[in-house]
Order: sequence, then C-alpha cells, then structure tokens
Amino acid sequence: MEEKALRSLIASVADGRLSRRDFVTRMVGLGLSAPLAVQMLTHAGVAVAQTPYAYKPTKRGGGGALKILWWQGATLLNPHFAVGTKDQDGSRIFYEPLASWDGDGNMVPVLAAEIPSVQNGGVSGDGLTVTWKLKPGVQWHDGKPFTADDVVFNWEYARDPATSAVTIAAYKDITVQKVDDLTIKITFKEPTPFWAQAFVGLSGMIIPKHHFENYTGGKSREAPANLKPVGTGPYKFVDFKPGDIVRGEINQNYHIPNRPHFDTIEMKGGGDAVSAARAVIQTAEFDFAWNMQVEDEILLKLEQGGKGKIAVVEGGNIEHIGVNTTDPTTEVDGERSSAKTKHPTLSDPAVRKALSMLIDRVSVEKFIYGRTGKATAAFVNNPAQFKSKKTFEFSIEKANKVLDEAGWAKGSDGIRAKDGKKLKFVFQTSINAPRQKTQAIIKQACQKAGIDLELKSIVGSVFFSSDVGNPDTYPKFYADIQMFTTTQPQPDPYQFLAQFTSAEVATKENKWQGRNYTRYRNPEYDKLHTASRSELDAVKRAAMLIQCNDIVVDDVAVIPVVYRPQVHAVSNALRARYSGWDSSLWDLSGWYREA
Amino acid sequence: MGQYLLRRLLIAVPSLLGISLVLFCVLALAPGDPFGELTTNPNVPPEVAAALRVKFGLDDPILVRYWRWLLAMLQGDWGFSFVSRVNVDTLIMQRLPATLVVIGLSQVLALAIALPVGVLAARKPYSIFDQIANTFAFIGFSLPTFFTGLVLILIFSIWLDWLPFVYRSDISATGWRWYWEHLRQAIMPMAVLALFQAASMTRYVRSAVLDVIRLDYVTTARAKGVGERRVILKHVVRNALIPVVTLVALQMPALFGGAIVTEQIFRIPGIGSLLISSILANDTPVIMAVTFVFSCLVVFFNLMADLLYGWLDPRIKFS
Repeated sequence: MEEKALRSLIASVADGRLSRRDFVTRMVGLGLSAPLAVQMLTHAGVAVAQTPYAYKPTKRGGGGALKILWWQGATLLNPHFAVGTKDQDGSRIFYEPLASWDGDGNMVPVLAAEIPSVQNGGVSGDGLTVTWKLKPGVQWHDGKPFTADDVVFNWEYARDPATSAVTIAAYKDITVQKVDDLTIKITFKEPTPFWAQAFVGLSGMIIPKHHFENYTGGKSREAPANLKPVGTGPYKFVDFKPGDIVRGEINQNYHIPNRPHFDTIEMKGGGDAVSAARAVIQTAEFDFAWNMQVEDEILLKLEQGGKGKIAVVEGGNIEHIGVNTTDPTTEVDGERSSAKTKHPTLSDPAVRKALSMLIDRVSVEKFIYGRTGKATAAFVNNPAQFKSKKTFEFSIEKANKVLDEAGWAKGSDGIRAKDGKKLKFVFQTSINAPRQKTQAIIKQACQKAGIDLELKSIVGSVFFSSDVGNPDTYPKFYADIQMFTTTQPQPDPYQFLAQFTSAEVATKENKWQGRNYTRYRNPEYDKLHTASRSELDAVKRAAMLIQCNDIVVDDVAVIPVVYRPQVHAVSNALRARYSGWDSSLWDLSGWYREA
Repeated sequence: MGQYLLRRLLIAVPSLLGISLVLFCVLALAPGDPFGELTTNPNVPPEVAAALRVKFGLDDPILVRYWRWLLAMLQGDWGFSFVSRVNVDTLIMQRLPATLVVIGLSQVLALAIALPVGVLAARKPYSIFDQIANTFAFIGFSLPTFFTGLVLILIFSIWLDWLPFVYRSDISATGWRWYWEHLRQAIMPMAVLALFQAASMTRYVRSAVLDVIRLDYVTTARAKGVGERRVILKHVVRNALIPVVTLVALQMPALFGGAIVTEQIFRIPGIGSLLISSILANDTPVIMAVTFVFSCLVVFFNLMADLLYGWLDPRIKFS
C-alpha cells in the first residue's frame, strides 16, 4: 500500500464514498491498529463522527446488581502494577484515564475536557508537546477534587524505575508539567507522531496523589490503597479478595449525569471459559463473561438456550506462524537458534514461499475457529486496490511447483531433499485444542507437498514463560516453525513491529528477552521502522508501517493464520459498548440493563 | 505418654525442615517465572521484570533464598505474594472459611453416611443391603469429582435451574437468608465431595467391621446374651475403628488443602484454588506457605491418630 493509494482512500472517506468503519477495518487488515487509522483520518481533516451511543436510563442508579465474570480473578488493583488483563479490568472499575479508545479506535474523553488536536491547539505542530485540559468538577471517591497535580504525580510515580510500574514505557521518555489546576502539558524528547500513550487507555489510568504520594519508588508495595482503590470511576470500592472477587457500589458523585445505572458491581474470577459461558448464556447467573476462548461450536450450542449471546470485539490479536531464520539444531556459544547461524533449508526463499502456500487458512477458520478467528480479516482479499500483493493463497499444487523449480526433489520416502538436506521441520505451539487441530491441518497439506512436519505441543505456562533454563519457551525457539497469538499492543503498531528489527533479536546474551524470536534481520526493514518513529505526517507514517508489515509477510518471516477478535458472553438484556483497543470495561459507566 | 509426645514432636522438626527444603528447591528449579507475563508483553520494557526480580530477591542463589524464607517464617512472617503483593497470611485467611465450610461439611456428611452404611453392610455380608451399598460405593469412587460435578451442574443448575453453580463468598443477604444462600451454593460441591469420600470410607468401614465381627470374643459376647446393639457398638465398632481413624486422620489435612478440582469447577474461593492459581503463576511464597502448612498438618494429624489408637485400644502402649 503506497502513500498515494492511502491518500486517495482517505479522500473517499472524506467525501463519503467509503464509510469510516470500512476504512478502519481495512487498515487493521493491513497490520495497523484502529487508533492509528483514526489518527490518519483526523490528520487529514476528516471530522470525527462518532456513532452516538444511546444511553437510555434517565436517572443514576436503580439498575440493581451488575455481575461480571472473568475466568481469572483480578489479583491486584493498582493500574500501574496491573500485569494481566484481569488486573487492568479490575482497576478500570475504580480508576479512569484522561481518555479511552472506543471500538472503532476513536479517542473518547473521560477525565479530559476534550481531546487535544492540532486544530484546538492541544497538539503542537512540531509534534513535541501535547496539552490536555482536564474536566472540571471531578471528585475522587473520598470527595477530594481531581486536579492537574494528580496527573503530574502519576507521571512521577510511573517513571521511577524503583516503583517498577508496568506502565513505565508510556512515561519514562516524557516530561509532564502543570500549567494550571486543570491543564497539563506533556513534552516529548523528539517529535512524537503517536502521542496518546501516556494518560490514555490501559496505561493511562490515574491514581490519586493524596493516597500514593508517601508510597513511591521502593515503598510502592506498602500503599494501603493498592488493595483499597480510591478512584474517580463510576463505582466505589467495597471489597476485594485477590484471585476471587472485586466488589463496588455506585458512586453518587460520578462526573457524568445519570450514570452509572447499576447500584452494585461484582467481578468474579476463577473457573474456566466454558462454564463462564454457561453462567451467562445458559443460566443467566451472570450478566457478562470476558474472553470466551471456547470453540465456536460449543458457543453456538449454548446460544440456542436463548438467555444470552456472544459479542465479537475486533482488536489486534493475530494467530501467526513464525519461521526460524536461524538453525535450531546447531549449538553455537551455548545457544541453539543462534543469530550467527543460518537455517539449512528455511533460508531458501522458495521453501518459505511454499510453506506459506500450504497453510489452509480458510479451513482453519471454517472448521476450528468459526466466529472466533477470521482468516479473511488480516492480510486479505480486500477490494481491488489492495489485492495486488496481499492475497494469501492455499495451493498444494503451486507449492509443489515452487519446490520442484527450486530443485527440491522428492525422495523414496516422499520427503523432498536437496544436497542431502531434507525438508523436515519441527512445528511447535502451546497446548490448546484449536492449535493442535490447526497443526494437524497444516501437517496434512505439507505432507502432500513433500514436507514432513513433526508436531510438538508445549504446556502454555512453559511455552509463554521467560524461563532462561527451559529450552521449550517461544523466545528460545528451538524449533523450525512455531505458532501462537501475538497481541498488538494498543494503540501504536510501531512497538508491535519492533519485533522484526535486528536490535530486538533474542539471544543468549540478552537472556532471550529480545522480542525478535524469528531472528529476522533486514537492514531495509530496520531503516524504515526507525524512520517511522518520528515521521509526523500521519498518512506517510501509516504507509511506512504498512510497508514494514509487507516486508516481513512477503519475506515469509511470519505467516499470519487467523485474526482473532475477542469474544465475550453477554446476557440478552445488557447494553454495553466494547473495545478491542482498550479495557473491556472502558465504557463501564455507560452499561445498562434493558428493562 | 508425655515423653512419647515430646519425642514425636522433636522428630517432627527435622522432617518438617526437610520437607520445606525439598519444596523450596523443587519450586526454585521448576520452569516458569512469576513475571513471565511481563516479559511477553511488548509494552513493558524488560528492565521492569529484571528490577522486580532484584527487588523480590529472585536472582539470589537458592540456599540464600531458602535461608531468608526460613528465618522470616520462624518469626511468623509468611512473606507476600509476588502476584498480588498481599501478605500471604491475609490471602490464606481470606480463603480458609470457604474451604472449611465446604470441605468440612462434606467430610462430616461422608462420615455420617459411611459409618452406619459400612457397619450395617458388614453385619450381614452379601445381603441385598450389602450388595446395594457396594454397588453405590463402587460407582462413587470410580466417578471422578469433575465428572459428577459437571453432571450435577447440568441437572440442578441448567435443566432444573434450582441451584447456582458459581460460588460467591460475598453474599449480601442477612439473617436466615444469608445462611440459606450459603447452603444453597454449597450443596452441590458438598454432595460431590461427600459422595466420593463416603464411597471409599464405606468400603473401609465394612472390611474393618467384617474383620472384627467374626472374632471369638464377639461370639462370646453374643453367647453371654449381650444385646445386639451393645455388641456392635461396644465390642465391634470400637475395635474396627482403628484403621478408619487412620484414614480419617490422614484426610484431615485435606480439609485445609481444599479440593482443587471441585473448587475449580464451582469457583469456590478456597485454598485449593489459591494453590493452583499460585502454581500457575509461579507465585513461590504462596505455594510455599500453603504446602508447608499442609505438611505441618499431615505431621500433626499423624500424631493425633497415633494418640487416638491408645484411647480406642488400651493394649496399645506408648513407650
């Protein structure tokens, strides 16, 4: 996708030939995030036209109890320490950021009075400063006013390495100043095109200064408010049992009129996804259950009961296959898959190309994932102007032809070989029923093309761990190809695409903490990726990022398989908005139950 | 007696130390890392996980860490969870009530079924009652709890819609309603566990009673004209109880340990689910504390069983 094509596409959104939503979906298909797509539109002056949300209740409260279910319970309620989604969501009940991302990637003000933009003077033309105006009259749950001091404090708190906040990445390279009681100014070290990281979305939840100021740095663990949050959110804290339950009650002083609708909220954790789906869809014991990682077949069967249904939320999760560029069988300096080696057979582009043609994505979607994984959403047969490069193809015939042409001949055992090197690969993934089924589908196709796959499945807790002593973790990648889901971090794909840069190569030296586990190295890619960092023209930058994505896909360093939206179970009466770019509870204050 | 007790307690100390050392080493050597989730998250720089490891002392040698843990434990400091950063004793105390209620009641229920059924079955072996009891016992312990649990959920929650299947520790009702709600949600997990326990216990009681009931002194008692009720209660059951006591005493620690599978199915916030989630998260301090308390209880109840033998059978002397 060239910059020019992008611009013409944006123009067609501007004059109404293409809907905003279609545009965003297409950009996501090209490897961008929805927030970035929206940023392009805003940059090009296409007005933000949000779909209005019909919030029906006409008074605060009276909605009874809201019961929501996570199959892992929240373990802590300080957003700056929130390790997993469960903790971020648990914290989001009580804490709020300056702005959130809605499902279409639009920024929606929460504690901010308005979203900064170049037009309203909030974003400087040189991309070096951003000024946020805060919403007046917001109160913490204990009645103290919410001011710029609180916002500045969060920056100080999170950027201190001694605090060990997981949100540090958003805050360490910026400077935050208080302009007046309701205005803050963020200054960046270099021109930053994507400025909405600090104070926005998941990493942006704001904790009160007056409860945490004595507990910064090394003392951060001791703050009583870590377990008894005092926030600005729609519900006030009642009770918390780590790993089990979080309870809240209505905040009568909430800063949006008539909200929230429910009198109490209860977030229960534990159990498994299937029974969570049952508790919502079949028995309606609960109103909402998060992330149903369940085969679609089961969900369809449950839905026939009629008390609830499934909500599919588009986000940035891609189930993909990584192709090792290094040799996993040779040990160099105490590590296999060393960046100093080259894969004996996969280094041949023809082999990689053939492999990418042997992934039957359509069957994987149809027979395994159903509504929970879409082969067509990522890198797709989108309309004509995109089709050029980004179609995927499943053809055993063509794969055979490519391999024949490259000189890989079938031996007596039916496995292709060249110069004594056989096309035999170890294909690893984590233990998870859909993954094992996908493995089987791919193995079958490969067999027909003369490639032998040895399937290996590893317990998730080992595969996804960073344990240096274990050879079976995905960063070590002691196999030829491997498959798992990677989450595009909200909201900027720049970070996401860093996983193919040479600087991020996982090695023994960096204890395999580099995120480039395929060890893909390409100077052209590195250059483009670095350049996109400070490109201020949103459209140009998007084109660069798309190109980054094209390079790795064309080079078959990675083979996207299915795009996996989040799937929630929701009772029929509950009305809510979700977002794949922010917490599932980003709009909790607007949830209500239809009478 | 006093001397015996003292000796047993002294022997317990090195074995507990040994247990804790083995546990600690196994945990330290096991794959995984409490901050694994952080390293796979591209938004979090690797330095954060590294800083946390240093802060929580995870990079020190195993023995240093063990020593530190042991000293703290001796002073009553159980440490804090790496995951929730809450003190471990608080976490355990939060989970204990649900465990004690559900598992405790299920044990009582199991005993209440197993004792009379086992004794009655043994009194007339191979009678119809015995056959029926045996059949149920075999069904009971050959069905795993996760299966019976799911079947009960299917019947009582989904088809009949009588009972909730998500256990809630926070019930807002008061008075009788509070008790009723708690009972309602505890019925199914209790039934599942009691069925499983009662099945094996019935078999134990039956065979123990069978062993005793044929002995000469029982015949003598009967010949003397002692009433059947008295013969069974005073002469048979008391002697037959010794193996049963061993079984029950060794199951007592399980009261604390919870029932991992059942707790998972019904989402009971008990010790078992705490243990399993800590193991999955590699939360060493919590795993250590739970397993260590568990081993203490095993040692303690073994001792209790030995002391009970002496009460049940005065021929057993402590020397």
